[in-house]
Amino acid sequence: METLGFTLRYKLGLTGTKIGCDRAECGACTVLVDGVPHYSCSLLTHSVRGREVASIEGLEAEDGTLHPMQQAVLEEQGFQCAFCMSGFIMNTVALLNENSSPTRKEAAEWLSGNLCRCADYDKILTSVMRAAEITRGA
Amino acid sequence: MADYKLLGKNYQTPDLYAKVTGRAKYAEDHRAEGMVFCKLLVSPMPHARVRSIDSSAAEALPGFEGILTYDDVPEATAPGETSLTKEPRYEGEPILAVAAVDEQTAAAAIELIDIDLEPLEFVLDPLDSLRPGGPNARTEGNTMIGRELGEIKWTEADVAGLDAGQISMEAEAGAEWEYGDLAAGFAEADVIIEEHSYHQSLSHQPLESRTTMAYWEGGKLYVYPSVQSTARAVGPMARHAGIEPSDVVLINEFTGGGFGSKGSGYPQAQIPILLSKKIGKPVMMRVTRRDETSFGKARPGVQARIKLGMRRDGRITALDIHAIGDGGPYGRSGDHMNVGVIGSLAYQPVAMRMRGTGVYTNTPPRGAQRAPGGEQSMTMLSPIIQKAAKQLGLDQVEVLKINAPAGQATFGAPGRDGRRSNVSSAFAREAIDKGAELFNWRERVQRSGRRNGSTVTGIGVALSTFAAGASGVDGLFVIKPDGRMYIKSGIGPLGTGSTFDMMRAAAEGVDMPWERCEVAWGNTSRHLPWSCTQGGSSTTHAHTRANWAAALDARQKMQEIAARDLGGSPSDYEIGGERVYRRGNRSQGMSFARAAQRAIDLGGTYDGHELPGDINGMTTASATALAGQGLMGVAKDNFEEGGRRMSFVAGFAEVEVDVETGEIRLVDYAAGCDVGTVIHPKNFEGQVFGGAIQGFSVALSQKWVYDRRWGLLMAKRFYSNRPPGILDVPYEQPMKWGNADLPDPFNPLGAKGIGEAAQGAGSGAVVVAIADALGEENGDFFRSPITRDMILTQLEQAPTGHDRLTAHV
Repeated sequence: METLGFTLRYKLGLTGTKIGCDRAECGACTVLVDGVPHYSCSLLTHSVRGREVASIEGLEAEDGTLHPMQQAVLEEQGFQCAFCMSGFIMNTVALLNENSSPTRKEAAEWLSGNLCRCADYDKILTSVMRAAEITRGA
Repeated sequence: MADYKLLGKNYQTPDLYAKVTGRAKYAEDHRAEGMVFCKLLVSPMPHARVRSIDSSAAEALPGFEGILTYDDVPEATAPGETSLTKEPRYEGEPILAVAAVDEQTAAAAIELIDIDLEPLEFVLDPLDSLRPGGPNARTEGNTMIGRELGEIKWTEADVAGLDAGQISMEAEAGAEWEYGDLAAGFAEADVIIEEHSYHQSLSHQPLESRTTMAYWEGGKLYVYPSVQSTARAVGPMARHAGIEPSDVVLINEFTGGGFGSKGSGYPQAQIPILLSKKIGKPVMMRVTRRDETSFGKARPGVQARIKLGMRRDGRITALDIHAIGDGGPYGRSGDHMNVGVIGSLAYQPVAMRMRGTGVYTNTPPRGAQRAPGGEQSMTMLSPIIQKAAKQLGLDQVEVLKINAPAGQATFGAPGRDGRRSNVSSAFAREAIDKGAELFNWRERVQRSGRRNGSTVTGIGVALSTFAAGASGVDGLFVIKPDGRMYIKSGIGPLGTGSTFDMMRAAAEGVDMPWERCEVAWGNTSRHLPWSCTQGGSSTTHAHTRANWAAALDARQKMQEIAARDLGGSPSDYEIGGERVYRRGNRSQGMSFARAAQRAIDLGGTYDGHELPGDINGMTTASATALAGQGLMGVAKDNFEEGGRRMSFVAGFAEVEVDVETGEIRLVDYAAGCDVGTVIHPKNFEGQVFGGAIQGFSVALSQKWVYDRRWGLLMAKRFYSNRPPGILDVPYEQPMKWGNADLPDPFNPLGAKGIGEAAQGAGSGAVVVAIADALGEENGDFFRSPITRDMILTQLEQAPTGHDRLTAHV
């Protein structure tokens, strides 16, 4: 019985997923399971058997092309310490898959399960808006 | 503002790509061959003494690797904190650590340890300890008297009002200062406000806990801590290990936040360091969220009586404060006295008295948190100034401007010679004007008290100030024959960006394109220079100056090389476009690449074989290792100092308070700043708003709640102590900031720090806005955080169940 977060970090060496609280409070460990955001600290690994798990390491294309949200963060200097960043980015990937034209309010509500202790929320939302633009090819 | 090529421009910091792709390695992401894990046995009681420990069952567990107890770690001089203790003074304090092949085995071993604890008396609320016969948090006393632990107990007469939440202005205090004629100041005042005020204690809670991995190899310690500073953390790690700093290799390229709590290290880093030495294997100490809340430091709470006199024109004529600081069990916090120091700067009272006592309690250890004492000052004093201004019918902005410091304003306690410190520069009024313009104050203030259904609008403003820069540290870089510039940063990888942003001062100084610069950071084996602490908003001022000094050194060297090879005197030569060339004839000169090769040929000072005598030993060692690789720029910042560097932030907030539910919604926020030159606007914005938002949660949500009978913390986790989430901030539109754009005259680049002052601006503006919404009848809280239940209780005139000053409820 081990959590998906533990498996990713300690069995597979995928340390891009961070454990901030280990109790489903902060969202730093967010990964996508079949495209749906989950807190990997609170999901047992056996429960994802046969399902597609995407972590931050899987976002970059083989040719090095970054996901629009990754690109947007680079452009906007989004985040500070960035310990929360991979969780926010993975949750934003799910948001943009559902809605490529979110308002700041819709983005804030979608991302409200992710905590940023540097409180860089203003730049995070600006990054999400920029990522949506890139997604739409604007 | 000067016309810079790099400073003041946005760019992508060199750490960001690794972060967005998940490649960035934080402390817990490192692995070492044979690494084992340790877990901690922590105190279940707020104050106890260990009678006995039996670890035999744990040691017999397969996979057990070793144990470290308080007997294995050096003692600390009181009131210092040790990494492991025989007398835990707060719930959650580490007593021993066990290493095992994996974390599960270590946790199982901890469960098998038989420990016998003798409970000792404890105290949670500082005011309880000051009562006659009240409990002490430490067996030696409840406060520091001079350099010794001692005891202050108030008399029965002093505490007569305590049950009703009243502190005596004249009761014994551990420290005191005064200037001006206080009695005359109050006599001159047209309105006097006297209130009691409570500011909560709150944990730092960086998202990355203070996890540390350590191992020993070839007599050297390799330590991977989650720490704010790099250069400044080497000494503390060496002391933890009992070795020389030159035998420490510190690797920490990414740190997941600190907010003051991981400044130059923490006692608990000693645990994996010594455990690794004891068992001969790398040890990872993964600190849990619960442990981080226990020993990850916290801002000291303050309980105070505050009396303020204001003249009809808005001038503050007298300010009298008696403040009690909640010091936790260790160290010596000055936050409560800083309430007065910072208030004296922001409001320049004509006369002032500050009295205070720091009292030990059996609650988590305290440490500097973003504007230590400064944030408390703004949160506690702003609503008192607002109340006085309202009674006199004055505009809040005008009152702040009338009292604001200007020029090299004085502040704080008088020294032995009667003189008070002064700032290097203050453009506070300009900062207020900038913020008022962005916020559209004149129009917005008309909405004050406007009712819309069940919500009422409140408008608030606060002027915040805090320390904004160190000085006297070193800059170091090498321009190599490949024509590139290799800049060394010893600051620390906190995420504020300053470890990179301030290096641009060196590039600016020699007119080097940033694309041709490479920054080394976060690993002391990469030959880093001495730095100031990555904290206290020190780095912007300190390292723009130090890197500018190093750039001037390199310019001089290149001019000398050009004159030697091409004729004329060094002053005939200019620097630009990656060349040193004869003034008026660009073709007569040489490239930086050529100058770098010539520096190596010439040796001596040019390539670092001879170094300035005044640089720090760490810089000397690093520069010596780099000698002979190219043209070296190396210097200590010896620029003139005109006073203490302090920055100013005026925060403006609009809130809506729902009088049926008690819900508070922050509608908008804007900040006007006086920070001199802004180095990197996007990172600056992160500090202005990040600080403000942390201030919002001081005003609205973060606090501890204690089980008073057993002394146990009930709010150990994020959901229960409520740091701010994304829906707690104005999110529908970006917030606004502006800067007065007036350079500090004592920094050649004009820059001051920003992170500290930003927080009090956010908290102060919000508490004032809430009071504004609820009016004089219902807006008198003078207590933070202001939560929904407090608003409803006040509106219904219901009993609160505790007095205004009670801690941790």
